[in-house]
Amino acid sequence: MTISKEEVKHIALLARLELTPEQLEQFTRELDEIISYARKISSLDTENVKPTTHAMQVGNILREDEPRSSLSNEKALQNSPEKEGPYFKVPRLVE
Amino acid sequence: MKYKPVIGFEIHTELLTATKMFCGCEVGFGGTPNTRVCPICLGMPGTLPAPNKKAIDYTIRTALALNCDIQSPTYFDRKNYYYPDLPKNYQVSQNYNILGVNGYMDFSMGDSRTKRVGIDNVHIEEDAGKLMHPEEKAADYSLVDLNRAGTPLIEIVTEPDLRSVEEVEAFMKAMKNLLEYIEVSDCKMQEGSLRFEINISLREKDTDDFGTKVEVKNLNSMKVVSKVLEYELKRQSRMLDEGKKIMPETRLWNEVTGKTKSMRTKEEAKDYRYFPEPDLMHIEISSDWIERVKEELPEMREEKKERFIREFSLPEYDAEVLTDEKKIADYFEKTLAKCKTPKAVSNWIMTEVLRELKEMDEEIDEFPVTPACLATIINLIENGTISGKIGKTVFEEVFKTGKDPEKIIEEKGLKQVTDESAIQSVVQEVIEENPDTVEKYRKGKTKVMGFLVGQVMKKTRGKANPKMVNELLGKELQE
Repeated sequence: MTISKEEVKHIALLARLELTPEQLEQFTRELDEIISYARKISSLDTENVKPTTHAMQVGNILREDEPRSSLSNEKALQNSPEKEGPYFKVPRLVE
Repeated sequence: MKYKPVIGFEIHTELLTATKMFCGCEVGFGGTPNTRVCPICLGMPGTLPAPNKKAIDYTIRTALALNCDIQSPTYFDRKNYYYPDLPKNYQVSQNYNILGVNGYMDFSMGDSRTKRVGIDNVHIEEDAGKLMHPEEKAADYSLVDLNRAGTPLIEIVTEPDLRSVEEVEAFMKAMKNLLEYIEVSDCKMQEGSLRFEINISLREKDTDDFGTKVEVKNLNSMKVVSKVLEYELKRQSRMLDEGKKIMPETRLWNEVTGKTKSMRTKEEAKDYRYFPEPDLMHIEISSDWIERVKEELPEMREEKKERFIREFSLPEYDAEVLTDEKKIADYFEKTLAKCKTPKAVSNWIMTEVLRELKEMDEEIDEFPVTPACLATIINLIENGTISGKIGKTVFEEVFKTGKDPEKIIEEKGLKQVTDESAIQSVVQEVIEENPDTVEKYRKGKTKVMGFLVGQVMKKTRGKANPKMVNELLGKELQE
């Protein structure tokens, strides 16, 4: 196994996902298959290769500090499942 | 003390740009919630960020001011965590190829001692939104305002080089002053544009091993940082004395209880899974770019001091005091823009203004006597409308009430009396009422003149023009 159930549980917590015991089994098995497949790349010798972060090599794509119009409050909240006044409404975060 | 404190800081400061880090939404404080937002800073799928060039300039400027090496190329990384103030579920930050590294800052300890603190790095990131938690107990929700989300932010990480409360206080003051001098941030701690997070650990005397470090967040003034530090030093040494183990954790300061409290670890699973931000390309910082940033560096303290001496003929001591803080120097120049007497302005600031400010324990931005008010008072003294002494009374009134100086003078009838016959008649009265003193004067004891002048001033409630009183009294006494 390339990944343990404990690790999958931890990842689920970080992603705020609640898994049933069956799902935990399923995802552990599936993630193991995916990681095993991707691990093949590790067999290559990359000793003298610089880490590649992007496929393209262009840099310094910047913008000037010039304001552009924002969304209206109404538009900004349009897709929110819950709102109150001008705010997004979310489950309580502090005790 | 059995233990030696080891203290470091993480400092966040919002940059003075017009727009956000990766989109054209305006940056600001307050206003209607969720109105300075767009698909990019709301984290909508399919949007692409574009870095603000000025924010990069300011980060380079800060890194240079802190004597850092500039790394080029520099990259952005994603810091992943789920919290509703962060609509993308990750914060764009820097973790691997950070813009500024290996710097230091020297600062004065108030006397001739200088202390150096190492700067581990200076990096660019974006601020999160603001959360509100309704007061009512029954409320099972929180509210989110994303106006601040995406505001350009730099983080300065120091080495754990500070060893005492005294050093911490001097360091914070110096850091704030430096950031103000280089004009990258307005540094308003109350509004959160400058935030100090402190890392505190204790180590046994005579060892080099660092203890376990505790981080404290939620500190909105330097005074609070000092309080937190004192509290933590006591708490941690007590724990060590009792043989307890200190856990690495983040604590929050509670102003009401005056204590720090452990943050619940649920949100705190510190596993940020940094990885290079695929949506943003690298930034190559050429030596030309660095040169341009150097040229754009605003006037620093030494230069300003020299200019104040040269341009306004101020004594070196005055220039030293006025440039000690950037905001005081600004206040001086703003006042001087409305009146033409540099030395008088300097005197007023060094005495009245700085004294009141110290008592208030506030920033000069909050000072009730604005530069315009102070200039008015000085002008009214210069043109003889009020005496210098009355000027101080007016200053006190403006300080207490915030009223316009001219209105105060009008309401309280403080205008200087320059009418010769009015002063003459009071002089006459005083001479008649004090025959013995007048006699002494005439016998050569000229020192009593001061007493007589005082009597005239008393009768006119300080409003008589002192120069005229002296002249008229002198003339009368000669006769």
